[in-house]
Amino acid sequence: MVSLRAYILTRLLLTIPTILILLTFVFMIMRILPGDPVLAIVGMKASPEYIEKLREQLGLNKPLWMQYIDYVSNIFRLDFGRSMIWGRRPVIQEIMDRFPATLELTIFAFMISVLIGLLTGVGSAMKRGSKLDITLRVWSIVAYSLFIPLLGMFFQLVFGVYLRILPVAGRKSPLVRIHRITGLYILDSILTLNWKGLITSLRYLILPSLTLGIVLSGVYTRLVRSSMLDVLQQDFIRALRSRGIAERKVIFSHALKNAFIPILTMMGLQFALLLAGAVLTETTFSWPGMGTFLMERIQYRDYTTVQGTIVFFALLVSLVSLIVDIIYAYIDPRIRY
Amino acid sequence: MELSLTISHSLRRLWKARRLDLLFTIIGLVIVIIISFMAIAASLVAPYDPLSSVDKALLPPSFKHIMGTDNLGRDVFSRLVYGSRTVMTVVLLSTFISMSIGTVAGLISGYFGGIVDRVLSLTMDSIYSFPGLILAIAIASMLGPGVMNTVISISIVYIPTYFRMVRGQTLSIKNQLYVEAAEAMGASKLTILWKYVLPNVITVIPVVFSMNVADAVLTEAGLSFLGLGVPSPTPDWGFDLKNGQRNLLAGYWWISIFPGIMIVILALGFSLLGEGLNELLNPERRYE
Repeated sequence: MVSLRAYILTRLLLTIPTILILLTFVFMIMRILPGDPVLAIVGMKASPEYIEKLREQLGLNKPLWMQYIDYVSNIFRLDFGRSMIWGRRPVIQEIMDRFPATLELTIFAFMISVLIGLLTGVGSAMKRGSKLDITLRVWSIVAYSLFIPLLGMFFQLVFGVYLRILPVAGRKSPLVRIHRITGLYILDSILTLNWKGLITSLRYLILPSLTLGIVLSGVYTRLVRSSMLDVLQQDFIRALRSRGIAERKVIFSHALKNAFIPILTMMGLQFALLLAGAVLTETTFSWPGMGTFLMERIQYRDYTTVQGTIVFFALLVSLVSLIVDIIYAYIDPRIRY
Repeated sequence: MELSLTISHSLRRLWKARRLDLLFTIIGLVIVIIISFMAIAASLVAPYDPLSSVDKALLPPSFKHIMGTDNLGRDVFSRLVYGSRTVMTVVLLSTFISMSIGTVAGLISGYFGGIVDRVLSLTMDSIYSFPGLILAIAIASMLGPGVMNTVISISIVYIPTYFRMVRGQTLSIKNQLYVEAAEAMGASKLTILWKYVLPNVITVIPVVFSMNVADAVLTEAGLSFLGLGVPSPTPDWGFDLKNGQRNLLAGYWWISIFPGIMIVILALGFSLLGEGLNELLNPERRYE
């Protein structure tokens, strides 16, 4: 039996090569793929002197291996370079400005998808083989095939254009001020007892998080269903039922608890999908998060910021998978062996 | 007579037991075939030229333009028909490339093992863990717009899917008795890979391929929605969806909603096909 601490340590060490590979991969995409970043930034018409100066500024005149070492060592010091436009702010600061919006969106979308997944999955497992089960199975396939911008625009059309009850773009009403503490508007509004701020940020959040949450819920429906069915076949469930314990209690307080471990693993894997989906959701709803930020900077050819943002996504994914693995090991000691 | 009775009997039994799976497969197949036909015979199906303005702008759906016209007066239905060509070309080409590279790398990695296997597995796992669309965005933004560049961006994203599956399959086949027998008889490694391992690995590919195409349809649409796909004015569903968003809030829904629905239908077709085939071909991995 390995102690939890030893497991965490090994897992931490294993994260390093993964991060290094991802960083190398991003480096290869940005520097080795055909297409000169400097020419892409300034266009063909710039003078050779200016191009040379920019090359030096970006460190692109050094040999490739030196560029690589600079790049990796800078990232480990959390130095993502400086933006190439508008006052050349450090990229990490720009990311931190935008990241809370994405975090807020993904947290709510995540909760919605898990909630829908739990309800439909448990329903499906309890009424196995019924019409409801079949309908929910079809639903899970349809949900997976939904295109986020389409669902988003459909919501915009229904709630924004026809019913006119919900805002369709942005994060809050321009008339309301929210004092920024964490950058999570809902949390900030509660912390500063700003009820107007709370209402406006909730109203703006509904459609984007619903869109992203619905699309991701299909996977949870299937997963909850299959792991519930596994658990329901075990002896202890039969023992509980034979003792006359109410079915509702058997399902919700005993079976669901045990079905949770595979669901938790899936949540970790789903995080990548959540981020990718957030990019599309943000673009559809002009949500000022990391996704719209990335697309905006790609358009401005702000090369350092684009690279920094992609690297940030890579670090985030590795971090989340690390955390999920640790929680997993904590809940289920079997995997530490 | 007796044979045909047996066949019809067993078909009926199959239908009874696997009605839903068969239904999924058939519906999926029908969707894929119809859209493929649209793509191949686009010039026969589309009533107008997809690139030029054929009527007034922003006309609602009518008998003359069944899906209306867009902001430049182009026929939405004709663009939709030609758009299937773009999507199908990009998606099939890129999944084919990922399948070829992923399968070869998976075979080598699984069969030879050692340091090559470690490095390849770790690399593929890292790429696999990264959000696919964001990776495609990064590659596409550096390569610039264009059909081939979109194909490359998408194909890189899906190499690990095939690699992981083929590698796992190879590992289990490697220890089978018939492979050991071939080794004992002095067959070369290449012969073993080609004649004994590959045919057994290939059986799982159709299901993965179909599921993967469904995913690639959404990635392609995502890239072109974000303006990183095939350059305009080439008809493309994702791009047309985005193009229509400007007019959506004024109530001109038909410009974006129709291409959007096509994206979902095509992705759904491949998903249903993959799901149905999966249940029918792998009795152990049935939807339970």
